[in-house]
Amino acid sequence: MSTTTATATATTKWWSGGRSPFNVEYGKIMMWYFLMSDAFTFGALLISYGTTRFATQGWPDPNHVFNSFPGLGSGYPLLFVSLMTFILILSSVTMVLAVQAGQNMNKRAVVSNLIFTIIGGLAFLGCQAWEWTHLHHEGAWWGRNPFLNADGTQSTTNFTNFFFTITGFHGFHVFSGVVINIIMLIMTLNNTFEKRGHYLMIEKAGLYWHFVDLVWVFVFTCFYLV
Amino acid sequence: MSNEIALGAGAGLTTELAHEHHEHHEHHQSFLTKYVFSTDHKMISKQFLITGIVWAFIGGLMSVLFRLQLGYPDAHFYWLQDVLGKFWVDDGRITPQAYYALVTIHGTVMIFFVLTAGLSGTFANFLIPLQIGARDMASPFMNMLSYWFFAAGGLVMLSSLFVQTGPFSGGWVAYAPLSAVRDASPGSKTGMDLWLIAMILFVVSSLMGGLNYVATVLNMRTKGMSMTRLPLSIWALFFTAVIGILSFPVLFSGFILLIFDRNFGTSFYLSDIYINGVGALPNEGGTAILYQHLFWFLGHPEVYIVLLPAMGMASEIMSVNSRKPIFGYMAMIGSLFAICILSFMVWAHHMFVSGMNPFVGSVFVLLTLLIAVPSSIKVFNWLTTLWRGNIRFTPGMLFTIGFVSLFISGGLTGIWVGNSAIDIHLHDTYFVIAHFHLVMGVASMFGMFAGIYHWFPKMYGRYMNNTLAYIHFWITLIGAYLIFWPMHYEGLAGMPRRYYDYSSWESFKQFAELNRFISTVVIITFATQILFIFNFFYSIFKGRVVKDKNPWGATTLEWTTPIRPGHGNWDGEIPEVHRWAYDYNKDGREFIPQTEPIGADETEHH
Repeated sequence: MSTTTATATATTKWWSGGRSPFNVEYGKIMMWYFLMSDAFTFGALLISYGTTRFATQGWPDPNHVFNSFPGLGSGYPLLFVSLMTFILILSSVTMVLAVQAGQNMNKRAVVSNLIFTIIGGLAFLGCQAWEWTHLHHEGAWWGRNPFLNADGTQSTTNFTNFFFTITGFHGFHVFSGVVINIIMLIMTLNNTFEKRGHYLMIEKAGLYWHFVDLVWVFVFTCFYLV
Repeated sequence: MSNEIALGAGAGLTTELAHEHHEHHEHHQSFLTKYVFSTDHKMISKQFLITGIVWAFIGGLMSVLFRLQLGYPDAHFYWLQDVLGKFWVDDGRITPQAYYALVTIHGTVMIFFVLTAGLSGTFANFLIPLQIGARDMASPFMNMLSYWFFAAGGLVMLSSLFVQTGPFSGGWVAYAPLSAVRDASPGSKTGMDLWLIAMILFVVSSLMGGLNYVATVLNMRTKGMSMTRLPLSIWALFFTAVIGILSFPVLFSGFILLIFDRNFGTSFYLSDIYINGVGALPNEGGTAILYQHLFWFLGHPEVYIVLLPAMGMASEIMSVNSRKPIFGYMAMIGSLFAICILSFMVWAHHMFVSGMNPFVGSVFVLLTLLIAVPSSIKVFNWLTTLWRGNIRFTPGMLFTIGFVSLFISGGLTGIWVGNSAIDIHLHDTYFVIAHFHLVMGVASMFGMFAGIYHWFPKMYGRYMNNTLAYIHFWITLIGAYLIFWPMHYEGLAGMPRRYYDYSSWESFKQFAELNRFISTVVIITFATQILFIFNFFYSIFKGRVVKDKNPWGATTLEWTTPIRPGHGNWDGEIPEVHRWAYDYNKDGREFIPQTEPIGADETEHH
């Protein structure tokens, strides 16, 4: 992966045709360009959120809005979302292990690490479902915002509007990542990659999965920390 | 390590394709696999082209209809009512609702379906594998999906013409609140839903196509085809794809927020709205300007998505038919790149009068005027390519020269409207209509025509009829200038765009006859396009047969394939490339194909 023109030997002409200049097959180039494209989608959504927020007088305090933990009740600001974030980052670690196992052609390790990643993704989605349900019970939804601004004044609905739209859009990405990983798992179990002689599909799925995690770091920062 | 395996697998794929190709000579493909669900890039490009022609006909016809209203506001066309029905024509006159729907759908269709999908869909698919020396696109299957998403989007858009409340009518930019509030106008109801679905399908199509083009150009060039040996058409199509990949997602984000505003009670774009008969809306806290930013972040790069393929093909066709190397090859690439970067930094010049901070406006003025630099480099390079060339006035060449002419004429007024102070007077007038139709609309259409006439022999193994082509060229060129040149004067006099009937304004009554003149020319010019469509389809079946593998005496790889290449393009090995694409009139030879090795006594050129 680290092979670029910089490390190319003088005899190898990477850009003069007949080979991939980045020494990768086309699927990975497509995935990288797709991720750039998707980064622009999320970037546009988050910048929209930012501009609207800074054009608005007052905004609810996330420490008050997100302070519940299942079974414990309220009074634990950001504890639950920290757990969600931890789960998602952990699933990125298992994904790395799956990719590495694939490079070593170790099918057993690929299977087990993919299963861990899928479980992590499902756990994250479960957490998100719980949080959404909880907020819904408090009266929050698209077009409805029960929370007051941090200074006690009436808030616009844009806090909940952006929260549900952007975390929902991210959740949809996690969901599709889980689906992709399940497909990868089935293909691995069917020995598809063993027959091909490489686990490159897992690497591409891994790129997508890490990207979704990275986006969550930004979403998390924008909605829970700032 | 694993990458090498994958690359090896890729090589296996190409030989597989070659085998497949040999088999197809004997095997008879079914109609469905050969013409409909084809994965051959050449067939997909023809699908894009013919779908684009159908849409260009529909979009052009729409402009004829609304020009009828503008040119003859007092006339009654009862026969039109019989044809189109009461929604479109009532009491023999185009209804106001239909008029707004016509200008809206004309814009959407021409920009997205014709000049994006029809232009870069056709020629990126056709030229990239043929000119870089590849058997097909990186992912032929995704390529096929790209066409079918486009076709599906088109069908949805077409269906919106037939709903009871009519198609969307708030302008092709679909600004909120007209696009976001269902009660804002009849067209904002089902018509807008269908418009959004069609556009989202289109974005998906454009993304899948774009990823393919980029991956193919980067990864699948034949041996010896370094990036600086690529024909300029490929460079332009490559940059077009990159721009599309990076700008359409932002429009997509804008659409997501718009969908929530329309259907789920949010107020991203809405605040303090009162509608007659409905009352005050509860939406608070949003801003319509947000949509404009998101839209134009696509919208301006979109201009270059439309224009760059035309620029690239013009460079290629001009060099071939001047029998001269393109002037300033590296400068052409550099200016394409500069346009690419600048295209992302100028979007707010569409919003000078939207209430944006004037200081921000001044920054955008500077960035906008900077585009004049790479644009002028390109224009001067085209003119110097023509200079003392041994010019062959083929139809493709004529349309290329016409493209340059229109690009200059339309581009110069860009310096006017790019200044925020002058724009206060000129924004939303016919001056702007004239500017962008000349520089982007008609110029890119000319690029498309040039490409069609030039590569038709490669596409169908036949020539198009030259006499019809010359008639088509001259009437279209003169028509374009006669239509849009007078609009500059109307715009300078303050005549606003998008109005239904100017005869009720004392200040615009003076233009009644000019408007009628423009409308008459529109009808004549449109009729000439039908001549082109006839020529196109007639020549597919009955055109003069191509006997020479390389009829234009061009250097590029597509002319080394068989006259009617099968799936896989080359019989046997893919040729190796030894030189750049522009060795014309070198060392006393008229042209030297890219496949020919550099001779021992050859002068150094590239």
